[in-house]
Amino acid sequence: MSASLYEQLGGAAAVDAAVDIFYRKVLMDPKISAYFESVDMDAQRAKQKSFLTMVFGGPTAYTGRDMRTAHAALVKRGLNGSHFDAVAGHLQATLEQLGVAQPLIAQVMALAGSTRNDVLGL
Amino acid sequence: MALRFEGVAYAIAASETVLQTLLRHGVPMPHSCTVGACQICLLRSVGAAPPAIAQQGLRDTLRQQGYFLACQCPAENRMELMLPRVSEVFFRALVSVKERLGQDHCRLLLTPTADLEYRPGQFLNLRRADGLMRSYSIASVPRCDTMIELHIQRRREGAMSQWIIDTLQVGDAIDIQGPNGACFYLPDRKQDPLLLIGTGTGLAPLMGIARDALSGGHQGPVYLYHGSQSMAGLYRRPQLTQLAAQYQNFHAHFCASGSDVESDCIAGRANDIAFARHADLSGFRVYLCGMPAMVYAAKKMAYLHGAQMQDIYADPFENKDLRDAPRN
Repeated sequence: MSASLYEQLGGAAAVDAAVDIFYRKVLMDPKISAYFESVDMDAQRAKQKSFLTMVFGGPTAYTGRDMRTAHAALVKRGLNGSHFDAVAGHLQATLEQLGVAQPLIAQVMALAGSTRNDVLGL
Repeated sequence: MALRFEGVAYAIAASETVLQTLLRHGVPMPHSCTVGACQICLLRSVGAAPPAIAQQGLRDTLRQQGYFLACQCPAENRMELMLPRVSEVFFRALVSVKERLGQDHCRLLLTPTADLEYRPGQFLNLRRADGLMRSYSIASVPRCDTMIELHIQRRREGAMSQWIIDTLQVGDAIDIQGPNGACFYLPDRKQDPLLLIGTGTGLAPLMGIARDALSGGHQGPVYLYHGSQSMAGLYRRPQLTQLAAQYQNFHAHFCASGSDVESDCIAGRANDIAFARHADLSGFRVYLCGMPAMVYAAKKMAYLHGAQMQDIYADPFENKDLRDAPRN
Protein backbone atom coordinates (compact mmCIF):
# COMPACT_ATOMS: atom_id res chain seq x y z
CA MET A 1 0.00 0.00 0.00
CA SER A 2 1.40 3.38 -0.90
CA ALA A 3 1.76 6.13 1.66
CA SER A 4 -0.95 8.80 1.80
CA LEU A 5 -0.36 12.26 0.38
CA TYR A 6 -0.07 13.59 3.93
CA GLU A 7 2.62 11.02 4.79
CA GLN A 8 4.49 11.64 1.55
CA LEU A 9 4.56 15.36 2.28
CA GLY A 10 5.97 14.74 5.75
CA GLY A 11 2.88 14.97 7.93
CA ALA A 12 2.57 17.43 10.81
CA ALA A 13 6.20 18.51 10.49
CA ALA A 14 5.57 19.56 6.88
CA VAL A 15 2.56 21.60 7.96
CA ASP A 16 4.69 23.27 10.64
CA ALA A 17 7.36 24.08 8.07
CA ALA A 18 4.83 25.50 5.63
CA VAL A 19 2.49 27.50 7.85
CA ASP A 20 4.74 30.48 8.60
CA ILE A 21 6.01 30.74 5.03
CA PHE A 22 2.45 30.61 3.73
CA TYR A 23 0.87 32.97 6.28
CA ARG A 24 3.67 35.54 5.80
CA LYS A 25 3.17 35.48 2.02
CA VAL A 26 -0.56 36.04 2.46
CA LEU A 27 -0.08 38.90 4.97
CA MET A 28 2.44 40.59 2.69
CA ASP A 29 0.20 40.49 -0.39
CA PRO A 30 -1.63 43.84 -0.52
CA LYS A 31 -4.34 42.34 -2.76
CA ILE A 32 -5.52 39.97 -0.05
CA SER A 33 -3.91 40.91 3.26
CA ALA A 34 -7.01 42.83 4.41
CA TYR A 35 -8.95 39.56 4.49
CA PHE A 36 -6.35 37.97 6.73
CA GLU A 37 -5.65 40.80 9.14
CA SER A 38 -6.78 39.87 12.59
CA VAL A 39 -6.23 41.24 16.05
CA ASP A 40 -5.85 37.65 17.14
CA MET A 41 -2.95 36.59 14.94
CA ASP A 42 -2.42 33.38 16.90
CA ALA A 43 -5.95 32.24 16.09
CA GLN A 44 -5.54 33.33 12.47
CA ARG A 45 -2.31 31.36 12.15
CA ALA A 46 -4.01 28.32 13.70
CA LYS A 47 -6.69 28.58 11.00
CA GLN A 48 -4.04 28.62 8.28
CA LYS A 49 -2.55 25.55 9.89
CA SER A 50 -5.90 23.74 9.77
CA PHE A 51 -6.29 24.76 6.14
CA LEU A 52 -2.84 23.43 5.22
CA THR A 53 -3.48 20.18 7.09
CA MET A 54 -6.63 19.74 5.02
CA VAL A 55 -5.08 20.44 1.62
CA PHE A 56 -2.11 18.22 2.56
CA GLY A 57 -4.65 15.41 2.89
CA GLY A 58 -4.12 15.24 6.65
CA PRO A 59 -6.42 14.59 9.57
CA THR A 60 -8.76 17.54 9.89
CA ALA A 61 -12.14 18.33 11.31
CA TYR A 62 -12.73 20.91 8.57
CA THR A 63 -15.73 20.28 6.31
CA GLY A 64 -16.91 22.05 3.17
CA ARG A 65 -19.73 23.52 5.20
CA ASP A 66 -17.24 24.98 7.69
CA MET A 67 -15.34 26.58 4.82
CA ARG A 68 -18.58 28.08 3.53
CA THR A 69 -19.66 29.45 6.92
CA ALA A 70 -16.19 30.71 7.80
CA HIS A 71 -15.85 32.72 4.59
CA ALA A 72 -19.42 34.01 4.27
CA ALA A 73 -18.63 37.35 5.92
CA LEU A 74 -15.56 37.81 3.70
CA VAL A 75 -17.61 37.11 0.56
CA LYS A 76 -19.93 39.90 1.67
CA ARG A 77 -16.87 42.14 1.92
CA GLY A 78 -16.00 41.36 -1.70
CA LEU A 79 -13.95 38.16 -1.57
CA ASN A 80 -13.91 36.74 -5.10
CA GLY A 81 -12.15 34.35 -7.45
CA SER A 82 -9.13 36.61 -7.90
CA HIS A 83 -8.46 36.50 -4.17
CA PHE A 84 -8.86 32.73 -4.13
CA ASP A 85 -6.36 32.43 -6.99
CA ALA A 86 -3.90 34.69 -5.18
CA VAL A 87 -4.04 32.50 -2.05
CA ALA A 88 -3.65 29.39 -4.19
CA GLY A 89 -0.62 31.00 -5.82
CA HIS A 90 0.96 31.58 -2.40
CA LEU A 91 0.27 27.98 -1.46
CA GLN A 92 1.99 26.75 -4.61
CA ALA A 93 4.96 29.10 -4.08
CA THR A 94 5.27 27.91 -0.47
CA LEU A 95 5.46 24.27 -1.56
CA GLU A 96 7.99 25.09 -4.27
CA GLN A 97 10.09 27.02 -1.77
CA LEU A 98 10.11 23.94 0.46
CA GLY A 99 11.26 21.78 -2.44
CA VAL A 100 8.16 19.61 -2.61
CA ALA A 101 8.04 17.36 -5.71
CA GLN A 102 5.79 18.62 -8.51
CA PRO A 103 3.40 15.60 -8.56
CA LEU A 104 2.71 16.14 -4.83
CA ILE A 105 2.22 19.87 -5.38
CA ALA A 106 -0.32 19.04 -8.08
CA GLN A 107 -2.26 16.85 -5.65
CA VAL A 108 -2.25 19.59 -2.97
CA MET A 109 -3.41 22.18 -5.48
CA ALA A 110 -6.21 19.89 -6.60
CA LEU A 111 -7.39 19.52 -2.99
CA ALA A 112 -7.16 23.28 -2.50
CA GLY A 113 -9.08 23.86 -5.73
CA SER A 114 -11.86 21.58 -4.51
CA THR A 115 -12.66 24.12 -1.76
CA ARG A 116 -13.19 26.95 -4.25
CA ASN A 117 -17.00 26.89 -4.41
CA ASP A 118 -17.36 26.60 -0.64
CA VAL A 119 -14.89 29.42 0.05
CA LEU A 120 -16.55 31.73 -2.46
CA GLY A 121 -20.09 30.74 -1.48
CA LEU A 122 -20.94 29.58 -5.01
CA MET B 1 -34.38 32.24 29.93
CA ALA B 2 -32.62 34.29 32.57
CA LEU B 3 -29.60 34.37 34.81
CA ARG B 4 -29.54 35.76 38.31
CA PHE B 5 -26.97 38.32 39.38
CA GLU B 6 -26.90 39.47 43.01
CA GLY B 7 -30.37 37.96 43.40
CA VAL B 8 -31.93 39.82 40.45
CA ALA B 9 -33.08 38.00 37.30
CA TYR B 10 -31.88 39.26 33.91
CA ALA B 11 -33.27 37.85 30.65
CA ILE B 12 -30.58 36.42 28.40
CA ALA B 13 -30.41 36.57 24.62
CA ALA B 14 -28.99 33.95 22.27
CA SER B 15 -25.19 33.56 22.09
CA GLU B 16 -24.46 36.32 24.60
CA THR B 17 -21.73 36.41 27.19
CA VAL B 18 -22.59 37.05 30.82
CA LEU B 19 -20.92 40.45 30.50
CA GLN B 20 -23.04 41.33 27.47
CA THR B 21 -26.22 40.31 29.26
CA LEU B 22 -25.46 42.45 32.29
CA LEU B 23 -24.33 45.48 30.29
CA ARG B 24 -27.40 45.23 28.06
CA HIS B 25 -29.57 45.48 31.17
CA GLY B 26 -27.65 48.54 32.35
CA VAL B 27 -25.77 46.82 35.17
CA PRO B 28 -22.59 48.90 35.72
CA MET B 29 -20.29 45.90 35.43
CA PRO B 30 -16.59 46.77 35.59
CA HIS B 31 -14.87 45.50 32.44
CA SER B 32 -12.03 46.47 30.17
CA CYS B 33 -10.33 44.19 27.64
CA THR B 34 -13.32 41.85 26.93
CA VAL B 35 -10.90 39.24 25.59
CA GLY B 36 -10.22 37.35 28.81
CA ALA B 37 -6.96 39.05 29.73
CA CYS B 38 -7.43 41.81 32.27
CA GLN B 39 -9.60 39.93 34.81
CA ILE B 40 -11.48 43.09 35.72
CA CYS B 41 -14.90 41.52 34.95
CA LEU B 42 -14.35 38.77 37.50
CA LEU B 43 -17.56 37.26 38.92
CA ARG B 44 -18.41 34.37 41.21
CA SER B 45 -20.75 31.51 40.36
CA VAL B 46 -22.77 30.16 43.26
CA GLY B 47 -23.64 26.49 42.92
CA ALA B 48 -22.81 25.23 39.42
CA ALA B 49 -19.14 25.37 38.40
CA PRO B 50 -18.51 27.88 35.62
CA PRO B 51 -17.33 26.55 32.23
CA ALA B 52 -13.58 25.93 31.95
CA ILE B 53 -13.23 28.41 29.09
CA ALA B 54 -14.35 31.23 31.39
CA GLN B 55 -11.76 30.29 34.03
CA GLN B 56 -8.70 30.25 31.79
CA GLY B 57 -5.81 32.18 33.25
CA LEU B 58 -7.28 32.38 36.75
CA ARG B 59 -5.26 31.14 39.67
CA ASP B 60 -6.35 27.83 41.21
CA THR B 61 -7.70 29.31 44.42
CA LEU B 62 -10.03 31.60 42.50
CA ARG B 63 -11.16 28.77 40.20
CA GLN B 64 -12.02 26.56 43.12
CA GLN B 65 -14.14 29.32 44.62
CA GLY B 66 -16.19 29.54 41.44
CA TYR B 67 -14.64 32.70 40.03
CA PHE B 68 -14.76 33.25 36.27
CA LEU B 69 -14.48 35.99 33.65
CA ALA B 70 -17.85 37.40 32.61
CA CYS B 71 -16.54 38.40 29.16
CA GLN B 72 -15.59 34.79 28.36
CA CYS B 73 -18.63 33.03 29.80
CA PRO B 74 -21.66 32.14 27.66
CA ALA B 75 -24.82 33.32 29.43
CA GLU B 76 -26.91 30.35 30.45
CA ASN B 77 -30.33 29.89 31.93
CA ARG B 78 -30.51 29.72 35.74
CA MET B 79 -26.94 30.81 36.38
CA GLU B 80 -26.60 32.19 39.91
CA LEU B 81 -23.91 34.86 39.94
CA MET B 82 -22.45 37.19 42.52
CA LEU B 83 -19.91 40.01 42.64
CA PRO B 84 -16.45 39.02 43.87
CA ARG B 85 -15.84 39.09 47.59
CA VAL B 86 -13.29 41.84 47.94
CA SER B 87 -11.48 39.93 50.69
CA GLU B 88 -11.00 36.89 48.45
CA VAL B 89 -9.84 38.65 45.33
CA PHE B 90 -8.10 41.79 46.50
CA PHE B 91 -5.49 42.51 49.09
CA ARG B 92 -4.14 45.74 50.42
CA ALA B 93 -1.01 47.53 49.48
CA LEU B 94 0.40 50.70 50.99
CA VAL B 95 1.74 53.53 48.91
CA SER B 96 5.36 53.78 50.09
CA VAL B 97 6.76 56.15 47.50
CA LYS B 98 5.12 58.42 44.99
CA GLU B 99 7.41 60.22 42.60
CA ARG B 100 6.13 62.72 40.08
CA LEU B 101 7.91 62.48 36.73
CA GLY B 102 6.97 65.70 34.99
CA GLN B 103 3.41 66.93 34.54
CA ASP B 104 1.75 63.76 33.42
CA HIS B 105 3.62 60.78 34.80
CA CYS B 106 4.24 59.34 38.19
CA ARG B 107 5.91 56.34 39.64
CA LEU B 108 4.31 54.46 42.52
CA LEU B 109 6.10 52.08 44.85
CA LEU B 110 3.66 49.84 46.69
CA THR B 111 4.24 47.60 49.68
CA PRO B 112 1.71 44.76 49.67
CA THR B 113 0.42 43.55 53.02
CA ALA B 114 0.70 39.93 51.88
CA ASP B 115 3.31 38.06 49.85
CA LEU B 116 2.91 38.86 46.18
CA GLU B 117 4.65 36.49 43.80
CA TYR B 118 4.87 38.06 40.40
CA ARG B 119 6.95 38.24 37.28
CA PRO B 120 8.09 41.63 36.00
CA GLY B 121 5.88 42.62 33.06
CA GLN B 122 2.70 41.14 34.54
CA PHE B 123 0.03 43.56 35.65
CA LEU B 124 -2.06 44.34 38.71
CA ASN B 125 -5.59 45.65 38.91
CA LEU B 126 -5.85 48.60 41.28
CA ARG B 127 -9.19 49.21 42.93
CA ARG B 128 -10.24 52.49 44.44
CA ALA B 129 -12.58 52.35 47.46
CA ASP B 130 -15.60 53.19 45.26
CA GLY B 131 -14.91 50.24 42.96
CA LEU B 132 -13.14 52.07 40.14
CA MET B 133 -10.54 49.70 38.68
CA ARG B 134 -7.64 49.92 36.25
CA SER B 135 -4.74 47.70 35.23
CA TYR B 136 -1.10 48.73 35.65
CA SER B 137 1.98 46.80 34.59
CA ILE B 138 4.78 45.96 36.99
CA ALA B 139 8.17 47.58 36.42
CA SER B 140 9.95 46.16 39.47
CA VAL B 141 11.92 42.93 39.73
CA PRO B 142 11.58 40.73 42.85
CA ARG B 143 15.28 39.84 42.69
CA CYS B 144 16.31 43.51 42.90
CA ASP B 145 13.45 45.45 44.46
CA THR B 146 11.55 45.14 47.72
CA MET B 147 8.55 47.15 46.55
CA ILE B 148 6.24 46.94 43.55
CA GLU B 149 6.79 49.67 40.99
CA LEU B 150 4.04 50.95 38.71
CA HIS B 151 4.08 53.83 36.22
CA ILE B 152 1.00 55.98 35.79
CA GLN B 153 0.37 58.30 32.88
CA ARG B 154 -2.33 60.95 33.11
CA ARG B 155 -5.11 60.28 30.63
CA ARG B 156 -7.37 63.09 29.59
CA GLU B 157 -10.58 61.39 30.68
CA GLY B 158 -8.80 58.99 33.01
CA ALA B 159 -10.57 58.98 36.35
CA MET B 160 -8.05 56.60 37.93
CA SER B 161 -4.86 58.09 36.51
CA GLN B 162 -5.88 61.62 37.55
CA TRP B 163 -6.83 60.43 41.01
CA ILE B 164 -3.52 58.62 41.46
CA ILE B 165 -1.43 61.52 40.19
CA ASP B 166 -3.35 64.32 41.93
CA THR B 167 -4.86 62.82 45.08
CA LEU B 168 -3.38 59.52 46.21
CA GLN B 169 -0.74 60.03 48.89
CA VAL B 170 2.12 58.19 50.51
CA GLY B 171 0.73 56.12 53.39
CA ASP B 172 -2.63 55.56 51.69
CA ALA B 173 -3.84 52.02 51.17
CA ILE B 174 -5.20 50.67 47.91
CA ASP B 175 -6.67 47.28 46.98
CA ILE B 176 -4.82 45.27 44.38
CA GLN B 177 -5.64 42.07 42.49
CA GLY B 178 -3.21 39.98 40.51
CA PRO B 179 -0.67 39.47 39.16
CA ASN B 180 -2.18 38.79 35.74
CA GLY B 181 -0.84 38.40 32.24
CA ALA B 182 1.73 36.37 30.37
CA CYS B 183 4.02 39.07 29.01
CA PHE B 184 7.20 38.30 30.93
CA TYR B 185 10.77 37.05 30.54
CA LEU B 186 11.52 33.33 30.50
CA PRO B 187 15.03 32.50 31.66
CA ASP B 188 15.46 29.40 29.49
CA ARG B 189 17.17 30.82 26.39
CA LYS B 190 19.80 33.21 27.69
CA GLN B 191 21.56 33.66 24.33
CA ASP B 192 18.49 34.91 22.46
CA PRO B 193 18.45 38.50 21.32
CA LEU B 194 15.51 40.40 22.82
CA LEU B 195 13.68 43.25 21.13
CA LEU B 196 11.52 45.37 23.45
CA ILE B 197 9.27 48.05 21.99
CA GLY B 198 7.02 50.17 24.18
CA THR B 199 5.15 53.42 23.85
CA GLY B 200 4.10 55.60 26.78
CA THR B 201 3.90 53.65 30.03
CA GLY B 202 4.39 50.52 27.96
CA LEU B 203 7.88 51.20 29.22
CA ALA B 204 6.94 49.98 32.71
CA PRO B 205 6.60 46.27 31.86
CA LEU B 206 9.56 46.50 29.48
CA MET B 207 11.82 47.93 32.21
CA GLY B 208 10.73 45.06 34.42
CA ILE B 209 11.41 42.52 31.68
CA ALA B 210 14.77 44.06 30.74
CA ARG B 211 16.02 44.27 34.32
CA ASP B 212 14.72 40.76 35.03
CA ALA B 213 16.67 39.42 32.05
CA LEU B 214 19.85 41.39 32.72
CA SER B 215 20.02 40.79 36.46
CA GLY B 216 19.34 37.09 35.81
CA GLY B 217 22.38 36.82 33.55
CA HIS B 218 20.83 37.08 30.10
CA GLN B 219 23.70 36.98 27.60
CA GLY B 220 22.10 37.87 24.27
CA PRO B 221 21.70 41.52 23.34
CA VAL B 222 18.66 43.33 24.74
CA TYR B 223 17.39 46.18 22.55
CA LEU B 224 14.81 48.50 24.09
CA TYR B 225 12.98 51.15 22.04
CA HIS B 226 10.89 53.59 24.04
CA GLY B 227 8.56 55.73 21.98
CA SER B 228 6.44 58.76 22.70
CA GLN B 229 4.92 61.59 20.79
CA SER B 230 6.61 64.21 22.97
CA MET B 231 10.00 64.36 24.64
CA ALA B 232 8.24 64.64 28.02
CA GLY B 233 6.81 61.17 27.45
CA LEU B 234 10.32 59.67 27.45
CA TYR B 235 10.21 59.77 31.21
CA ARG B 236 12.95 57.30 32.25
CA ARG B 237 15.89 58.27 30.09
CA PRO B 238 18.49 58.69 32.85
CA GLN B 239 17.63 55.34 34.42
CA LEU B 240 17.76 53.51 31.10
CA THR B 241 21.01 55.19 30.13
CA GLN B 242 22.45 54.13 33.46
CA LEU B 243 21.27 50.56 32.90
CA ALA B 244 23.00 50.58 29.50
CA ALA B 245 26.21 51.71 31.19
CA GLN B 246 25.91 48.87 33.70
CA TYR B 247 25.22 46.08 31.16
CA GLN B 248 27.16 45.99 27.92
CA ASN B 249 24.50 43.90 26.18
CA PHE B 250 21.71 46.39 26.94
CA HIS B 251 20.89 49.07 24.37
CA ALA B 252 18.23 51.72 25.02
CA HIS B 253 16.88 53.97 22.29
CA PHE B 254 14.48 56.87 22.70
CA CYS B 255 12.13 57.77 19.87
CA ALA B 256 9.89 60.81 19.66
CA SER B 257 7.43 61.19 16.81
CA GLY B 258 6.65 64.86 17.46
CA SER B 259 8.77 67.99 17.08
CA ASP B 260 11.81 69.28 19.03
CA VAL B 261 13.49 65.91 19.26
CA GLU B 262 16.64 66.17 21.37
CA SER B 263 19.97 65.11 19.96
CA ASP B 264 20.33 61.86 21.89
CA CYS B 265 16.88 60.73 20.71
CA ILE B 266 15.63 59.51 17.35
CA ALA B 267 12.90 61.28 15.40
CA GLY B 268 10.15 58.89 14.39
CA ARG B 269 7.90 56.18 15.71
CA ALA B 270 9.51 53.55 17.90
CA ASN B 271 8.20 50.55 15.98
CA ASP B 272 9.21 51.95 12.57
CA ILE B 273 12.71 52.64 13.84
CA ALA B 274 13.07 49.30 15.59
CA PHE B 275 11.98 47.25 12.57
CA ALA B 276 14.18 49.26 10.21
CA ARG B 277 17.19 48.53 12.41
CA HIS B 278 16.33 44.90 13.07
CA ALA B 279 15.13 43.68 9.71
CA ASP B 280 15.74 40.01 10.45
CA LEU B 281 14.07 38.92 13.69
CA SER B 282 14.53 35.18 13.32
CA GLY B 283 15.67 33.86 16.67
CA PHE B 284 14.55 36.99 18.52
CA ARG B 285 12.10 37.18 21.35
CA VAL B 286 9.98 40.28 20.96
CA TYR B 287 8.06 42.16 23.66
CA LEU B 288 5.48 44.77 22.68
CA CYS B 289 3.67 46.95 25.21
CA GLY B 290 1.53 50.05 24.90
CA MET B 291 -1.50 51.30 23.04
CA PRO B 292 -3.37 48.52 21.20
CA ALA B 293 -3.01 49.99 17.68
CA MET B 294 0.77 50.12 18.04
CA VAL B 295 0.98 46.69 19.65
CA TYR B 296 -1.12 44.91 17.01
CA ALA B 297 0.69 46.62 14.11
CA ALA B 298 4.05 45.80 15.67
CA LYS B 299 3.05 42.20 16.29
CA LYS B 300 2.33 41.74 12.60
CA MET B 301 5.57 43.48 11.64
CA ALA B 302 7.59 41.34 14.05
CA TYR B 303 6.08 38.21 12.54
CA LEU B 304 6.71 39.36 8.98
CA HIS B 305 10.30 40.13 9.94
CA GLY B 306 10.78 36.51 10.87
CA ALA B 307 9.99 36.25 14.59
CA GLN B 308 8.16 33.07 15.57
CA MET B 309 4.60 33.68 16.75
CA GLN B 310 5.26 32.01 20.11
CA ASP B 311 8.25 34.30 20.65
CA ILE B 312 6.18 37.48 20.36
CA TYR B 313 4.83 38.67 23.71
CA ALA B 314 2.27 41.43 23.43
CA ASP B 315 0.58 43.46 26.13
CA PRO B 316 -1.93 45.84 24.55
CA PHE B 317 -3.23 48.37 27.08
CA GLU B 318 -6.90 47.83 26.32
CA ASN B 319 -8.06 50.50 28.71
CA LYS B 320 -11.59 51.58 28.20
CA ASP B 321 -13.66 53.82 30.37
CA LEU B 322 -14.76 51.18 32.76
CA ARG B 323 -17.66 52.57 34.68
CA ASP B 324 -19.49 55.72 35.52
CA ALA B 325 -21.38 54.76 38.63
CA PRO B 326 -19.62 53.99 41.89
CA ARG B 327 -20.25 50.63 43.48
CA ASN B 328 -20.12 49.50 47.09
